[in-house]
Amino acid sequence: MKRARVIADGIEYAATEADGRVRLPDGRLLREDQVNWLPPVAPRTTFAVGLNYADHARELAFKPPTEPLVFLKGPNTFTGHRGTVARPADITFMHYECELAVVIGRTARRVKAADALGHVAGYTVANDYAFRDYLENYYRPNLRVKSRDRATPLGPWLVDAADVPDPMDLALRTTVNGRETLRGSTREMIFSVPWLIEYLSGFLTLSPGDLILTGTPEGLANVQPGDEVITEVEGVGQLSSTIVAEEP
Amino acid sequence: MTRRLVSDPRPAVPAARAVYVAALNRHATIAALGDALLREPYRTPPRAPVLHLKPANTWIGPGDPIPCPRDVPALRMGGTLGMVIGRPASRVAEGRALEYVGGWLVANDVSIPYESHYRPAIKQRCRDGFCPIGAVVDAAALTEPDRAEVVIEINGRIECRAAGSGLVRGAARLLAEVSTFITFEPGDVLLVGEPDRPPLAGPGDTVRIIIANVGTLESPIRWDHEAAR
Repeated sequence: MKRARVIADGIEYAATEADGRVRLPDGRLLREDQVNWLPPVAPRTTFAVGLNYADHARELAFKPPTEPLVFLKGPNTFTGHRGTVARPADITFMHYECELAVVIGRTARRVKAADALGHVAGYTVANDYAFRDYLENYYRPNLRVKSRDRATPLGPWLVDAADVPDPMDLALRTTVNGRETLRGSTREMIFSVPWLIEYLSGFLTLSPGDLILTGTPEGLANVQPGDEVITEVEGVGQLSSTIVAEEP
Repeated sequence: MTRRLVSDPRPAVPAARAVYVAALNRHATIAALGDALLREPYRTPPRAPVLHLKPANTWIGPGDPIPCPRDVPALRMGGTLGMVIGRPASRVAEGRALEYVGGWLVANDVSIPYESHYRPAIKQRCRDGFCPIGAVVDAAALTEPDRAEVVIEINGRIECRAAGSGLVRGAARLLAEVSTFITFEPGDVLLVGEPDRPPLAGPGDTVRIIIANVGTLESPIRWDHEAAR
C-alpha cells in the first residue's frame, strides 16, 4: 500500500493511493494537484549518507569511502511533494540529489544485515538538495548546506516494505524540466540498505519513523529558479519540486 | 518555575523537537587549533556557525545514566547552556533574538574523544544517552546568558569552569545567525556548545553540570550494558 499525508479542504488526511489518484479516508479520489502534500512521515531523526555511489564519489573527486559518511538533518529541512525550494541569491551552484529514503518501522539495536529489512516500514523518495557555496570543511557536509529550511523534499508516498521486494534493485531517475539528467540504480550503492541498518544500529538505536537517506548517483546539475525537478525511484514514486528565488 | 523537558518515568519521553548544538564555539578551541585551521583538510577557519545535531536517541533526563560503550575508557563531558525556543524564530535580529527564547536549560553534549573536525562525528556524539537534558527554567531566570559560567564537577570535584565570555558566538548572536537558514520552532533546543577541552569521566563516575540560575544536571556514567533501560 502507498500512504501519504495530504491537506485537502483545509484538513490533514491520511491518504492512500488508488489508481494513480489520492484516496481520502471518506473514499473521495482526488488528482495529485488537488491536494497539498506533506512529507509522508513526520520527521524525527534523519540520517543521510554521503558519497554512497562510486560514480558520484568520483564525480565529486573523492575516493570511495571505506566507512559511510553519515550526517544528520533537522526537521526544519523537509517539505512535501510539489513544494518549492528556495535558491539563495548568493549561490552559484545548487544541485538536487535523487535518493531512496528508508523509513524505520521497528526499533533496531545491533541488528544484523540479514535481519535488517524486517525493521523497515517502507520507502519513499528524497531530494537532498545541496548548496555547494556553503560547504565548509568542518563537520562536512555542514548543516548550512544540508539542513536548510524546506530544502529536502520527501514523498509523495510511503510505500510499504512488502511492496518493495528488493530495495537494492531499483532504478533511479531525475529530470529537470522534463529532460533526463540522472539515471542510476540502487544496485550501485557502496553501502546497501541492510548494511547501513546494521552499521547504524551497531552504535545507536533506530526507532520507528527514523529515516535513512541513502545517497545519490551521479548526474548532478545546477538548478535555477523556475526549474521543475523530478526525482524518481522505480516503484516508490516521482517526487516533484520547483526552484524559486529566495526572498531577500 | 521549572518544568521538565524530559519527563519521567523512564523511558524518557522527551518533549524536545530537535536539539542543535554549536560546535567549535569557544575562542580557546579555535586558538588551540591555530594554524591547523589553514591546512588540510580545513584550509580556512570556519565562517558560518558550525553545528551538530543531537538526535532523539541521545536524549535522557536528569539522573539517567550515561551509557559508556565497552571499548571506550572515558567520555567527554560537554556541559553547556541551552536555550529552548519559545516561538518560531526565523531570520531574527541579534538584538531581538532573546525574545524568542522561552527558557533555559543545562545540557551535557557527551562525546567519545576524537580529534578531527572534518566529518560529522555521528559515531562519537550520537550514541544512545549522549545528551542528558536538565529541567527548563523560565527565560527571565537568565537575563545575561553570555555571562553564565558552566561548572563541571566529576565526583564532586570541579574539573572545568567555562565562562560565557569564552564563546565565539553568544546565545543571541548564535540564534540570530543560525536562524538565517534554520527556522526554530517552539520546543527546539539550541545548545551554545561545550567548553574547550571538556573534562573526561568514565563508568562509575558521576558528573554534575552547574549553571547558576539555570540548574544542576547530574548523571552517573555506567557501562553500556548496565545502562540498558
